[in-house]
Amino acid sequence: MYDVVVIGGGPSGLAAAVEAKKEGASVLIIEREAMLGGILKQCIHDGFGLIRFGKKLSGPEYAELYIKEVKDLEIETRLQTFVTSIKKSQEGFEIIVTSSKGMSTIVAKTIILSTGCRERTARQVFIHGTRPVGVYTAGTAQNFVNHMGYLPVKKCVILGSGDIGLIMARRLTLEGAKVLGVYEIKCTPSGLTRNIHQCLKDFDIPLYLSYTVTRVFGEPRLTGIEVAEVDQFMRVKPGTEKYIECDGLILSVGLIPENELAETIGVKIDPKTKGPEVNEKMMTSVEGVFSCGNALHVHDLVDYVSEGSATAGKNAAKYVGTKENEANVSSEGMLSLVPQRITEGEHEIIFYFRTLCDRKKATLTITVNGNEENKIVKKYTNLLPPEMERVKLKLNVKGGDKVHFKLEGE
Amino acid sequence: MEMVCIACPNGCRLNIEKNEDGTLLVTGNKCPKGIVFANEEILAPKRSVCTTVRTTYKKLPVVPVRTDGEIPKEKIFDFVEETKKIVLDRPYAFQESVIENLFGLGINVVCSVDMNRLVGE
Ligand SMILES: Cc1cc2nc3c(=O)[nH]c(=O)nc-3n(C[C@H](O)[C@H](O)[C@H](O)COP(=O)(O)OP(=O)(O)OC[C@H]3O[C@@H](n4cnc5c(N)ncnc54)[C@H](O)[C@@H]3O)c2cc1C
Ligand code: SF4
Repeated sequence: MYDVVVIGGGPSGLAAAVEAKKEGASVLIIEREAMLGGILKQCIHDGFGLIRFGKKLSGPEYAELYIKEVKDLEIETRLQTFVTSIKKSQEGFEIIVTSSKGMSTIVAKTIILSTGCRERTARQVFIHGTRPVGVYTAGTAQNFVNHMGYLPVKKCVILGSGDIGLIMARRLTLEGAKVLGVYEIKCTPSGLTRNIHQCLKDFDIPLYLSYTVTRVFGEPRLTGIEVAEVDQFMRVKPGTEKYIECDGLILSVGLIPENELAETIGVKIDPKTKGPEVNEKMMTSVEGVFSCGNALHVHDLVDYVSEGSATAGKNAAKYVGTKENEANVSSEGMLSLVPQRITEGEHEIIFYFRTLCDRKKATLTITVNGNEENKIVKKYTNLLPPEMERVKLKLNVKGGDKVHFKLEGE
Repeated sequence: MEMVCIACPNGCRLNIEKNEDGTLLVTGNKCPKGIVFANEEILAPKRSVCTTVRTTYKKLPVVPVRTDGEIPKEKIFDFVEETKKIVLDRPYAFQESVIENLFGLGINVVCSVDMNRLVGE
């Protein structure tokens, strides 16, 4: 029996495992792939680690530093092992895994779910026409190019301006493919501003806002697509349809936390983040089950993934099983806010939030039980939905308290 | 003139004006790196670049590499061409140079992974 079993060996699971081990817990990492590192293995671009390590690293380098720590601390790992389900047992949890050796059960006192996220696919965005070869999610294209060394397209269009799409626009261009443009249905880009600049503007790749792909052509291989302008309600403007000849369509239309396992044991999911609801210890609604990384909420910076995951690891190791009273956290003017609950007492807590809309100047007001006298006020400039904000607050709460975050400003 | 600082994920929106003496007046930067960035971006823009190189290992068709500093923006494609000329036939260590002193710029191209670990795993 392990004190802590970490499911998923990406940066989140690695950081959680390292911290749990440092707290003296017995730890096991279970990873379905042949190597540790998760999605970072294929994120060969740099920009990782500025906050955590104070230098600009590529994704694989960032992962390598954590993998080294995992090895140095002699943390047990099981690779090519897939967790199929989790059951609650008397002492903790039974984790059912399958590997080349067949099916087996691992028992744990606590579980950390760090299963990352998955990409929205063509089926989840509405496009008419055939289902030809040549339509890939950005992550799949990234895996082809950066992992397998294979260029899947020669002349392509990118749908969606998420960061992975922007990064892939640059990557495919460097590898010799022609990226005809990035088409975004919203009137503002979804990716980080710096990626618009260093991935598109640097290579003269056009960005078309308020546009979408309406149709794909070709069988078995993609031969072209139809794009069209949309109005403010995202409805196609008739007569604006245009045919573009290409052999690739790359989708960068968003990420969703991966929580199939969490749902099998009844973890409560926050409809805003699409990940589990957690308290400041990163514990979900199921006692002894923790969540972190992209499985908890989609992060744009891996540095914050590590930070939150370390909190999960530390608290899983310290978990003794006594149920604590909790205050509830609610928000207004935000796309998401984590954590959603706070245990009783005085703590310094890091909150992560995203603004609901662009705000040049914003004010964040935090009140407990509507008490205006002891409110906390923070000022912000240039808040954008794609950029997650982090705020550290000292709060003293009792069980049943209502903590409210209100974000306002134009 | 306006530009976005890409030196860190903050992506500050910089406003740039020319002082009378020809120096630049930069505002909107949350840290001093923004001023350095604005000056370089106007005079001689530089970027760090990441790509992959081929190896002789079946398990690892390509490995990620990056420049260990910034190179002139106009050299980006030359750099990628240069990396296409090499094939790694031994396991390179983490951050070991696969190309030294690229184009005489004093910049090395380093391996982003520990190939020994990956070849062995
Ligand atoms: C393509 C892409 C580009 C990005 N670019 C940047 C960037 O430029 N800068 C930056 O700072 N951040 C970037 N990020 C964000 C950052 O990389 C992620 O937030 C971070 O990798 C998330 O880590 P994770 O451990 O939560 O998830 P992952 O890295 O996805 O790891 C999850 C792991 O869990 C395993 N797993 C899942 N389910 C199971 C199961 N049932 N059984 C066993 N194992 C399982 C998976 O195989 C995987 O290895 C990017 C993210 C993506 C997707
Ligand atoms: S000015 Fe400083 S804080 Fe702002 S983006 Fe540049 S490096 Fe980052």
